[in-house]
Amino acid sequence: MIIGQIKDGIVLDHITAGRGMDIYRILGLDKLDCTVAMIKNADSVKKGKKDIIKIGQVIDLDFTVLGYIDPGITVNIIQDGKLAKREHLSLPERVTDIIHCKNPRCITSTEQELRHEFRLVDREKKLYRCIYCESPAPKVVD
Amino acid sequence: MKNLIDIMQLSTDELQELIDRAMDIIANPAKYAEACHGKKLATLFFEPSTRTRLSFEAAMYELGGNVIGFSEANSSSAAKGESVADTVRTVGCYADIIAMRHPKEGAPLVATRTAGVPVVNAGDGGHNHPTQTLADLLTIYREKGGFENLTFGLCGDLKFGRTVHSLISAMSRYKGVKFVLISPEELRVPRYIITDLLEPKHIPYAEVTSLEAAMPDLDILYMTRVQRERFFNEADYMRLKDTYILTPDKLRAAKKDLAILHPLPRVNEISVAVDDDPRACYFKQVLNGKYMRMALILKLLEVNV
Repeated sequence: MIIGQIKDGIVLDHITAGRGMDIYRILGLDKLDCTVAMIKNADSVKKGKKDIIKIGQVIDLDFTVLGYIDPGITVNIIQDGKLAKREHLSLPERVTDIIHCKNPRCITSTEQELRHEFRLVDREKKLYRCIYCESPAPKVVD
Repeated sequence: MKNLIDIMQLSTDELQELIDRAMDIIANPAKYAEACHGKKLATLFFEPSTRTRLSFEAAMYELGGNVIGFSEANSSSAAKGESVADTVRTVGCYADIIAMRHPKEGAPLVATRTAGVPVVNAGDGGHNHPTQTLADLLTIYREKGGFENLTFGLCGDLKFGRTVHSLISAMSRYKGVKFVLISPEELRVPRYIITDLLEPKHIPYAEVTSLEAAMPDLDILYMTRVQRERFFNEADYMRLKDTYILTPDKLRAAKKDLAILHPLPRVNEISVAVDDDPRACYFKQVLNGKYMRMALILKLLEVNV
């Protein structure tokens, strides 16, 4: 399968195989007018299989969201057909308003204006807890 | 330290500093009688409480300060739908320090963002209750002379018991501490206490259901009430509420220098016949709570005596 190179845009590489469509949906890529290519189960030396998303336009990406969903992703910014910038993502220390606390006893359950904030408490276990009630974060993508 | 939301904000050195201050208050009460003259404490209790609110108020009065506040959400603007942030922002204009109890977990943390004055968490749902832990720690210190090499039995509702979670967190920092966690299966400590706190520090612990079997090993027995207000299901509460009742009979197997603690109020879990036993420390705990709250108020208001 051949998918052409992009002149200006973004390549999300090393997406965990099977997670590409979730990221496509969460980033709202279906709303873009430019070319977007979604490659599933591509061969990967490191991971065996991986997903890749190519976006034919440079858009603002929330690296915190991406890092939280799939911290192994590499973000390549392409300008004039060349790699202009590469970001290796990792789990962010805090995530805000990406996930919501499910604890009915948490203050966020009644105060609608509060932002839902979670902090990383265990990088190895990828464990986040609500900063208010310390409940573990629900998984965005299983 | 500007606020006290979680007992773990205090280092062991800071805890010792508060204990030393409380011991000095006990020894020299007259020295502190005007320490907070002209200062106001606001007690914002969105959930009913007798002991904690009165303890804070007594503490402030004994320091020569004044107290304002409310004792239930219905008598505050919360009943009109005002947010916690707005309520404390308003109160922060009147008071020098706020003690806040709220049924929702994390509400005092929200309060710290807009209060503009120190905020003390006086209990947030089933989450934290750091000043109760301060009372517990001073009691242990006065009864045992320190915190190391003690075997702690915690008995009753270990799931929703916020005092239990705070006490385990605080005590887990001392050498030679062991925990015996005595509860029905349904009311065991939340898993994260084990996985995030006890196991990483290799602290010995056992989860058991028999109080009698655990009794001979204990240096401290911390009894707790099964709290009706934490249950969504009344039937579950009725089934579990009288699982453990401490009686003089059960204490026969205990150490002579056991210290029995309870955050109070008690319902049935400690027979009144135990009250005369010299090992019963739960009313001393009440008094110790007032001294520690005095020490805390002085620290947060940065009053030098």
